[in-house]
Amino acid sequence: MAPLLQVTDLRVHFHTDDGIVKAVDGISYSVDAGQTLGIVGESGSGKSVSSMTVMGLTRAKNAQISGSIVFDGKELLTATEDELRRVRGGPVSMIFQDPLSSLHPMYKIGKQLVEAVRTHQDVSKARALDRAVEMLGLVGLPEPRRRVDSYPHEFSGGMRQRVMIAMALCNDPKLLIADEPTTALDVTVQAQILDLLERLKRELDTAIVLITHDLGVVAEVTDDIAVMYAGRIVEKAPKGAIFAAPEHPYTWGLLRSIPRLDSPRDEELVPIPGRPPSLINPPSGCSFHPRCPYVREAHTRVDPALEPVPGAREHAVACLLTGETRQALWAELASGADPEAAKAAATPAAAAGPGRLEEEGS
Amino acid sequence: MAAGNPLVEVRDLVKHFPIKKGLILSRQVGAVRAVDGISFDIVEGETLGLVGESGCGKSTTARLLTRLLDPTSGTISFEGRDIAFMSHEELKPLRRDMQMIFQDPYSSLNPRKTVGSIIAEPFVIHAVAPDPKERKRRVQELMEQVGLNPEHFNRLPHEFSGGQRQRIGVARAIALKPKLIVADEPVSALDVSIQAQILNLLRTLQRDLGLTIVFIAHDLSVVRHMCDRIAVMYLGRIAELASADELYGHPRHPYTGALLSAVPVPDPRLAKMKVRQVLGGDVPSPTNPPQACRFHTRCPKAVAGTCDVDDPELAAKAGGNLAACHFPLSDTEIAARVPTAAP
Ligand SMILES: Nc1ncnc2c1ncn2[C@@H]1O[C@H](COP(=O)(O)OP(=O)(O)OP(=O)(O)O)[C@@H](O)[C@H]1O
Ligand SMILES: Nc1ncnc2c1ncn2[C@@H]1O[C@H](COP(=O)(O)OP(=O)(O)O)[C@@H](O)[C@H]1O
Ligand code: SF4
Ligand SMILES: [Mg+2]
Ligand SMILES: [Mg+2]
Repeated sequence: MAPLLQVTDLRVHFHTDDGIVKAVDGISYSVDAGQTLGIVGESGSGKSVSSMTVMGLTRAKNAQISGSIVFDGKELLTATEDELRRVRGGPVSMIFQDPLSSLHPMYKIGKQLVEAVRTHQDVSKARALDRAVEMLGLVGLPEPRRRVDSYPHEFSGGMRQRVMIAMALCNDPKLLIADEPTTALDVTVQAQILDLLERLKRELDTAIVLITHDLGVVAEVTDDIAVMYAGRIVEKAPKGAIFAAPEHPYTWGLLRSIPRLDSPRDEELVPIPGRPPSLINPPSGCSFHPRCPYVREAHTRVDPALEPVPGAREHAVACLLTGETRQALWAELASGADPEAAKAAATPAAAAGPGRLEEEGS
Repeated sequence: MAAGNPLVEVRDLVKHFPIKKGLILSRQVGAVRAVDGISFDIVEGETLGLVGESGCGKSTTARLLTRLLDPTSGTISFEGRDIAFMSHEELKPLRRDMQMIFQDPYSSLNPRKTVGSIIAEPFVIHAVAPDPKERKRRVQELMEQVGLNPEHFNRLPHEFSGGQRQRIGVARAIALKPKLIVADEPVSALDVSIQAQILNLLRTLQRDLGLTIVFIAHDLSVVRHMCDRIAVMYLGRIAELASADELYGHPRHPYTGALLSAVPVPDPRLAKMKVRQVLGGDVPSPTNPPQACRFHTRCPKAVAGTCDVDDPELAAKAGGNLAACHFPLSDTEIAARVPTAAP
C-alpha cells in the first residue's frame, strides 16, 4: 500500500539578493495513516520550509521548487492553487508555531471556526457552530459554548494554541502538520497538547508530521524521526533506534549537548562546536564537516548520500565513516567519553594524529 | 535557611503592579500581584534556580533583586544591608556588585556600539581602569575568558551569532567581578546546539571566579544541571524550595510533581513507562489569585475545607524539601508520576 504522504527529493531554493538560499536540498520521507514522523533539527535547518511546501505555502516568484509530494495518490507539487485550497485545512491541515499569526484578531473564534468548517463541508452555520463547540471541547477548552464568543486576545497562549488545533482538526484531516506546536508554551500546557496529539493518532488514525527542536518531545510522541541539518535529512530511523543506536555525529552531538532529567546531575554537557552553516554557501563535502569532531580529509570533498545502515532495515544515515567506526564511536560516547576520548578509543591508530582521523578506505 | 553564608536574604518581598483606569483622573482599580510575599536566601558561591510557568514572577523577582524595580514591600538584605528601598544614589556603589544577564542577546546589546565599548561600559560607569590602554587590555582579557576572539574588539553586535552575543553579555556582566549575577533565561533564545556552550561557560566562570548566581529558566532539565538549590514559583509565591537532589529526587509539592511529570524525557523507554500527569486548565490570573493555597484550583490532591481555606506555610517536609503544601506527595505518588525521580 502506498503511504499517505510520500515526499521525494524535495528541493526548495529561494533566490535572494545575497544569493540562492538552499533551504531544502533534496529530502525524501513518507508517512502512513496513524503514524507520527518527528522532524528535528536546529533553527534554519529547513524544517518549516519543507512542511509549508507540502501545503503549497512557499510558492513565490523567487522560490524554485522541485521533486515530488504525493498525498493520497495526488501530486501536490504541481497542483493548481484551487486544488490546493481544497486540500489545505481539509484533508491536510497545519498548526503553526505562533497561533496569533493564524487567528484573525478582529473576529470571534467561533466565527473563524465556522468559516473553516464551511470552507470544506456543505453544512449550515448552526451545524458548523456545533462542530466548532465540539472541537473546542475536544481540545480541552473549558466552557466551549461560551468561549466561541471570545476574541483571540482574550485567551492565554496555551488556549490560543488549542483553538488553533481545534481549527486544524475540525474537518477531520488525514494528515496534520504541526510546526513546533508547543515551543512557545509552558511544560504543563505542552503536556496537554502532546496528550491531545497522541489521542488523535490513536482514535482517529490521523497521520502527523511533528516538527520540533526538542528531543524530549519526539521521544514521547513520534514513531519515526528524521534529523535535518542544513536543508538535508542526515539521519532517519524508528524512534527507538535514534535514541539507542544513533549513527550520525550530528545526532550524537544533539543527544550529548542537552541536559536531561534521567542522567547524572554533574554529567558534562558536550557542546557541538561552531555554529549552524550558511545555506547560501554551504560547506563543501559533508555539510556538517566544519563542526564534526570525526571529520577526515575526504569528508571535505565528498557529499555523503542518505544510505541504509548495514543490518538495520529502516535506519538510514548520511555519513562517510564506516558503520563499524560509527558503532565503535557511539559505544564510547554512550558510556560517557568525550569526542576526543571516543576517537582515541574507537580508532587507536588515529589517536597519535593531530585531531583528525586517519583516512578510511580512500 | 540554607547551609553557608547568605549573601542575600529576601524576606516577605512583594511587588504589585497597579492597574489603572481612566485617562485624566486615573485611579487604581486593581493590581497584578506579580510577586506576593516570598522569602529565601542566596548563599555565597551557590547557583540558585528560579523556575515556574510563564508569568509566575521570576523576572520580576530578578529585577527586584538587582533593584531595577522598586518593591512594594519587604526586605532585601545584601551583605547585611537592606537595599529594598535604597535611593538610586545610595545604590550606585552597590550596583557593580550585582549584574544581570538577559534572555535576548539581540535586543540587550546596543547595535551601534562596538563589542569592545559594550564590554567596557561597566568600567566607564564605575570609573574603573580609566587609562584607555589598560581598559582595552582588560576588555580583551574578558573576551578571551568568555571564548570570544579578542581581535574582534571593534566589531558590531550584528556581526556575531546568537551564542556569541550571549558571550558578550556574559563578559559585560563579569567585568567588575560582581558578587551576584542574576541570569534571566540566558539560554532560552539560543539554538539547542549552542545552549550547551553557554551553560558550560557559566559553570566554568562560577567555579573559577567563585560567583554567586541566580539562574532563571523554564527548562527544568537545564535548571537541574546548573543549580545547587531551586525555588519553584507559582503565581507570585514560592511553592517549593530544595536542593537539586531533593527537588528532582523527591518533589514534595504537587505542583513540582506535575511540572516534572510534564517534562518530556529524551528516552523512549522512560517515556513509555511514565503516566503523564496533565494539569487541567490554565494558571489563574495574578490579578485575582485563588484564596489560601494558590494551587488548589488545579491541584490533584486538593482537599476542600483545607486547601481552599488555610494558606500553607513554606515548611520542611520529608527528605528536607521546604514546600508550601498541606498534603505533600508521598514516595509512592512520586514514583508513579515522575519516572526520573528516585525517592
Ligand atoms: N511592568 C509591569 N506592569 C504590569 N504587570 C507586569 C509588569 N511586569 C510584569 N507584570 C506581570 O507580572 C506577572 C509576573 O511577570 P514576570 O515577568 O515576573 O513573569 P516570569 O515568571 O518572568 O514569566 P516568563 O516565564 O514569561 O518570563 C505577570 O502577570 C506579568 O504580566
Ligand atoms: N521566503 C524565503 N526567502 C528566503 N529564504 C527563506 C525564505 N523562507 C525561509 N528561508 C530560509 O530558509 C532556511 C530554512 O528556514 P526554515 O525552514 O524556516 O527553518 P526551520 O524551520 O528549520 O527553523 C532559513 O535559512 C531561512 O532563513
Ligand atoms: S496545599 Fe492542598 S491544594 Fe495546595 S498543593 Fe498542597 S494539596 Fe494541593
Ligand atoms: Mg521553523
Ligand atoms: Mg521572565
